[in-house]
Amino acid sequence: MIPSKFDYVRPKSVDEAVAALKAGGEDSKVIAGGQSMLPLLRLRLAAPSVLVDCARIDEMKGIKDNGDSVTIGAASTHWDVMNSDIVKTHVKLLADATATVADPQIRHRGTFGGALAHGDPAGDLPAVVLALDATLEIAGSKGRRQVAAKDFFLDYFTTAVGPDEILVSITIPKLGKGWGTCYEKFNRSANGWAVVGVAAAVKVDGGKITEARIALTNCAAIPVRASSVESALKGVAVSASEIEKASQSAADGTRATSDLAADKEYREHLMRVITARAVSCAAGV
Amino acid sequence: MTKVSITVDGVLHESEVEPRTLLVHYLREQVGKVGTVVGCDTSSCGACTILLDGRSAKSCSVLAVQADGSSVTTIEGLAGDEWHPVQAAFKECHGLQCGYCTPGMVLSAVDLLSENPNPSEAEIREGLEGNLCRCTGYHNIVKSVALAAQTMKGGKK
Ligand SMILES: Cc1cc2nc3c(=O)[nH]c(=O)nc-3n(C[C@H](O)[C@H](O)[C@H](O)COP(=O)(O)OP(=O)(O)OC[C@H]3O[C@@H](n4cnc5c(N)ncnc54)[C@H](O)[C@@H]3O)c2cc1C
Ligand code: FES
Ligand code: FES
Repeated sequence: MIPSKFDYVRPKSVDEAVAALKAGGEDSKVIAGGQSMLPLLRLRLAAPSVLVDCARIDEMKGIKDNGDSVTIGAASTHWDVMNSDIVKTHVKLLADATATVADPQIRHRGTFGGALAHGDPAGDLPAVVLALDATLEIAGSKGRRQVAAKDFFLDYFTTAVGPDEILVSITIPKLGKGWGTCYEKFNRSANGWAVVGVAAAVKVDGGKITEARIALTNCAAIPVRASSVESALKGVAVSASEIEKASQSAADGTRATSDLAADKEYREHLMRVITARAVSCAAGV
Repeated sequence: MTKVSITVDGVLHESEVEPRTLLVHYLREQVGKVGTVVGCDTSSCGACTILLDGRSAKSCSVLAVQADGSSVTTIEGLAGDEWHPVQAAFKECHGLQCGYCTPGMVLSAVDLLSENPNPSEAEIREGLEGNLCRCTGYHNIVKSVALAAQTMKGGKK
């Protein structure tokens, strides 16, 4: 279908973009890669008055190594992210998860920031930034603010980014020595969307797990940390059976729904199985 | 109306478009490149795939205004005096049945081979993940891409 009419602006800076959003009123919207926006426009599920194109704003592109962390411009494409040497070396979990997003054509256009700001519960990257305790920089007419990943996702398709705000960049702390990571995704082969996904980072010392960070995709309206599994894994020997035992509480605190791909009970079963797989893989079992 | 300049198959076009014009409609209706087809409304099928600044993209999922200043290759711009090796391989291996998915399949394969000149069968299947064939002729499509990889290794582009 053909989208309904809208105006289009392509500002050169973040400040200009914020001003354009404000001037456009409440129906103005950011467009970055457009890979979520275009299907919504074509099905007329979205009918913005103004689209503010942020894909070419220099400040929102590029990937920087800050020593103890990595900063990624929100308008970096999935393609930029998964092929960046900085990301592959220091934030491998993100490179691995991004490679499972959608297909090559969509990865060439879709952006990291767009995938986070969209707030789709089935999106793979929200769980990754939650597991890695990332910080997100948001710009608005009142200036800039930093929001922790745990405070960023609010509800289905709703994030801390307000109507006249823009997600500018994402900063991810590097994991130190001894950490391993893995993104495990259970999806139907006809499309890439996760039925359940698990982002795991595990620190191993002397054959034992000393710390674990685990976040779940598509198990609630927003990505959630599997905190009871994180506690249960502390001090556990690096063995498949021990990890499986500790993963039994993976569904605690989740709010799984039933849909065409899986009912609630099956989805909870998958959380336990996929968590055990992700942790084992991250711990090198 | 917004002014855009887009190079399509090597020719620069300066045009006026409505911001809501999809790149695929611009290509078909304003430039006449009807080799690029639409197969769905959900960005799923890949029939509309083109190369945008050298990388595969779904032209139904890009606004023409977003492509301003860019260069597009459609299926119609791929062959020189002879078929592109990927086109020749699709012909040789019966990589098409009704042919509707073919323009997109061929351009996705060109993108894949430019990045990975020697893909395994699994890598070919993954590289074509964004393209659906409703005739389900995947087996011969994969064979076509493998053959094209072989012919292109001889230094021919
Ligand atoms: C067929 C298909 C399959 C897919 N499969 C997967 C998958 O397997 N896993 C997965 O995780 N995702 C998947 N996706 C979603 C894809 O990853 C996202 O659509 C895309 O990356 C979003 O980024 P974008 O730049 O295209 O956002 P856009 O479409 O441009 O924008 C999406 C939303 O975010 C807002 N937005 C974008 N950037 C910003 C910003 N910087 N600041 C504030 N707001 C912003 C927009 O206003 C809009 O509301 C799939 C999409 C399609 C069409
Ligand atoms: S027409 Fe189906 S993906 Fe573009
Ligand atoms: S050949 Fe008919 S859709 Fe692929």
